Amino acid sequence: MMSVKRENIRNFCIIAHIDHGKSTLADRILELTEAVSKRDMEEQILDNMELERERGITIKARAVSLNYHADDGQDYQFNLIDTPGHVDFNYEVSRSLAACEGAILVVDASQGIEAQTLANTYLAIEHDLEVLPVINKIDLPAAEPDRVAHEVEDVIGLPCMDAPRISAKTGQNVHEVLERVVTDIPAPKGDETAPLRALIFDSYYDSYKGVIVYVRVMDGAVHPGTVIRMMSTGAEFSVVECGVMGATTLVPRDGLFAGEVGYIAASIKTVRDTAVGDTVTDAQNPASEPLPGYRQVQPMVFSGIYPLDGAKYADLRDALEKLQLNDAALSFEPETSVALGFGFRCGFLGLLHMEIIQERLEREFNLDIITTLPSVVYKLRMTNGEERWIDNPSSYPDPALIAGAEEPFVKANIFTPTAYIGNIMELCQDRRGIYIDTKYLDTDRVELHYELPLNEIVYDFFDALKSRTKGYASFDYELMGYRDSKLVKLDILLNGEIVDALSFIAHADKAYPRARRICENLKDNIPRQLFEVPIQAAIGGKIIARETVKALRKDVLAKCYGGDITRKKKLLEKQKEGKKKMRQLGSVSVPPEAFTAVLKLDKTD
Amino acid sequence: MPCDALYLHIPFCEQKCPYCDFYSVPARPDRMDAYTGALIRAIETAPFPMGRLDTVYFGGGTPSVMGGKRLAQILEAADRQFGIQSGAEITVECNPHSSLPETFRQLFSAGANRLSFGMQSASDRQLALLGRPHTCADVETAVSQAQQAGFSHISLDLMLATPGQTAGDIQAAVDTCARLGAEHVSAYLLKIEPGTAFAARDVGRLCPDEDGQAALYLTAAESLARAGYRQYEISNFAEDGQIARHNYKYWDCAEYLGVGPSAHSFIQGRRRFFPRRLQAFVENGNPWQLLEDDGPGGDAAEYLMLRARLADGIRWASLRERYPAYDCDALRGRAKPLADAGFLELDGEGLHLTVRGFLVSNAVIENLIG
Repeated sequence: MMSVKRENIRNFCIIAHIDHGKSTLADRILELTEAVSKRDMEEQILDNMELERERGITIKARAVSLNYHADDGQDYQFNLIDTPGHVDFNYEVSRSLAACEGAILVVDASQGIEAQTLANTYLAIEHDLEVLPVINKIDLPAAEPDRVAHEVEDVIGLPCMDAPRISAKTGQNVHEVLERVVTDIPAPKGDETAPLRALIFDSYYDSYKGVIVYVRVMDGAVHPGTVIRMMSTGAEFSVVECGVMGATTLVPRDGLFAGEVGYIAASIKTVRDTAVGDTVTDAQNPASEPLPGYRQVQPMVFSGIYPLDGAKYADLRDALEKLQLNDAALSFEPETSVALGFGFRCGFLGLLHMEIIQERLEREFNLDIITTLPSVVYKLRMTNGEERWIDNPSSYPDPALIAGAEEPFVKANIFTPTAYIGNIMELCQDRRGIYIDTKYLDTDRVELHYELPLNEIVYDFFDALKSRTKGYASFDYELMGYRDSKLVKLDILLNGEIVDALSFIAHADKAYPRARRICENLKDNIPRQLFEVPIQAAIGGKIIARETVKALRKDVLAKCYGGDITRKKKLLEKQKEGKKKMRQLGSVSVPPEAFTAVLKLDKTD
Repeated sequence: MPCDALYLHIPFCEQKCPYCDFYSVPARPDRMDAYTGALIRAIETAPFPMGRLDTVYFGGGTPSVMGGKRLAQILEAADRQFGIQSGAEITVECNPHSSLPETFRQLFSAGANRLSFGMQSASDRQLALLGRPHTCADVETAVSQAQQAGFSHISLDLMLATPGQTAGDIQAAVDTCARLGAEHVSAYLLKIEPGTAFAARDVGRLCPDEDGQAALYLTAAESLARAGYRQYEISNFAEDGQIARHNYKYWDCAEYLGVGPSAHSFIQGRRRFFPRRLQAFVENGNPWQLLEDDGPGGDAAEYLMLRARLADGIRWASLRERYPAYDCDALRGRAKPLADAGFLELDGEGLHLTVRGFLVSNAVIENLIG
């Protein structure tokens, strides 16, 4: 990877809705810059996490440096920074954008703009990025590039008539996109002689080199041997290696200079020392001010994660620590539950982030886990004037001491074909949504604006929205602040005893239907046992819902002769295995599914 | 103690009952001759040291379809090979509709002393529904012919919780057993086994539900007790001193040698079985080559699992004698809540399940074993 002068560097990202072709375009760009051979192109290289490929989304940012020989005869260094594609990762997206001067906005020629695209485009415009619209999938029969170009102009206000119209799939006109990157996206600015300031936009843990930090150098330079300091924490490290990201491997260089995107390895043990958005400076010659925009990531959703097998507690901790190496947004601290034993209270950016962590714990670390109901962070005003933030039902205080409560609200934008407006309004109303307005994008599509309590969308709002719109609606939200609310803490009792792991905080108006639904779900998921198991939901001491798992009446092997003994023994062993997976709550055996079943609150399933 | 129990599997039936999943093939004279020879060969080449036999059990299939002569030859071979103790229990399963008086006489003179009939029900309507080719009258005839041939030890099988069965049906069946002078009754809750005709026809949907099955089982236990049949195992009832000694060995976790396709053994500490292949058994010069290993047997968990089926239950003294290292206190600890709930009785001698406990014995045993 050769070094080029700063005027020939282009730092950019690609913004696209899921399925609109971001990864395919990235692949074509890699091919055209000959960063990778065709043979290696079988997989979409940027999405290199298994889970990402399955879900078709980018969870973590990745970056790659490419050489491009342009039509003007000059060589350019393209730094393509991939951005996460989900609302949960808005902050990470903003840091990736801050590392760029431009963004390619990919819009599907048949589907037009979606909520997510819009949100990220606005974010790019806020960061003063040059946005380069590209109409993709013109090879599709349903493609309407003119209509979509108009929509981009109308909705975003970006000139789009001369936007490249391409097919990332066939490669048609992709060359034009690269040329437009050269001509339209500005070269980075920055002062090479100023003290080092490099923006961290991603990092991951490598077992050989320690944390690999992806940075955009804004000012100054960094070399192997430089002692660097993380400006938010003050932690210092000596740079062992730095360089740029090739398409398939890291390419070491003797320095990174203002305007460049690259990596630093400095024997850093944990990504907690390399928070996304933090500024790296030179400890010997530090910058006076960090780069703007750093904030500590605030988890919005909390839930308890417990190992199914209590003996795996240490493994779970190790796994969470390893995940945290690559995911500074994940927070966790030890917590104990009477029902579930030792586990961790984990904080997530949102529900998708939570699901991803759960899936990775199960797949990559082979852990069987139980997750408790997610909770948002509530604000309680106490009678003594104190203010308390509660993210865990177990720390919910005596209601007599609460003067007032507030819950977080979000501003939600829902893009939908007009046919589903009714369904969506019904759903939002059911979720205590406050209707703001409807914006017609064209005759078939609208953008609905709602204000919704975050606690109504953390459980299953995405699924409910999808099932009510045949998957056509898209949804995006941002936190807007706290509002007064009437909250209650609901306890679930099995056999008369409170199961702490099933308690949750709910809006008073929603407590009764939710309690009933949870009792029903539990009844369906707790097998009959030797004893009858009453399931109750209570607020304070008052029971508001009840179901019963009837006692086993008959569970017997009538015939057990010579030939039945090993079969019976194996059956018993199998039952024992199954029972091991169960949680023993007093005298009640509860299968782990029961804990997740309570999450499913939507009545349509 | 050397193994003194022999099970001989006779895999022939005149017709397959729609609920049965035991191994059997249609009875044909040439096949039965060949099988008789193969079984005798197998007995003569048994590769395990055996003691003189205390019990011999011909099960099936329908052993009686072989006729008295063939069975007598087999029994003679067993006597020659292992020796049969005087006073040994020698049982033959018979069907009630086609067993000939001649067969009973031949069996009796060959030394058999106990017959077990698949009566199933005293209601002809129920019998037809179960696909049985006999009537209640056939049972009465067969039993009285057997008694005339000299048999005093008669056991009858009943089926519980069949489609449409009432408490009255069960009472009538128990009355019949008593009237016929049977001294032993086995009463089994119908279980729809996968792969049977009943499973294919989904007969389960016609059967009483869980609560209904439980009620019928309790009715049977009470009716049988009133008629003088004491429950000594989950599905077995007998007049005093008349328990099935051979079957008791299974529940006492004792060793037994099983010969014939699908027959299981517990011998020299291991559980083993012959595959369900008649032809291979007959054609193989040494059928013992077919014997498959099914893992070690006789550990404490297995012992508890089996003994818990018995009304005698688990005796501390026997448990300690057989498994000196076993933690009896822990077992008592696990048993305590089950005793409090009425599923078992616990005392200084040992523990045993109650009738209510028998009904949910899978769950109770699972909790007991820990």
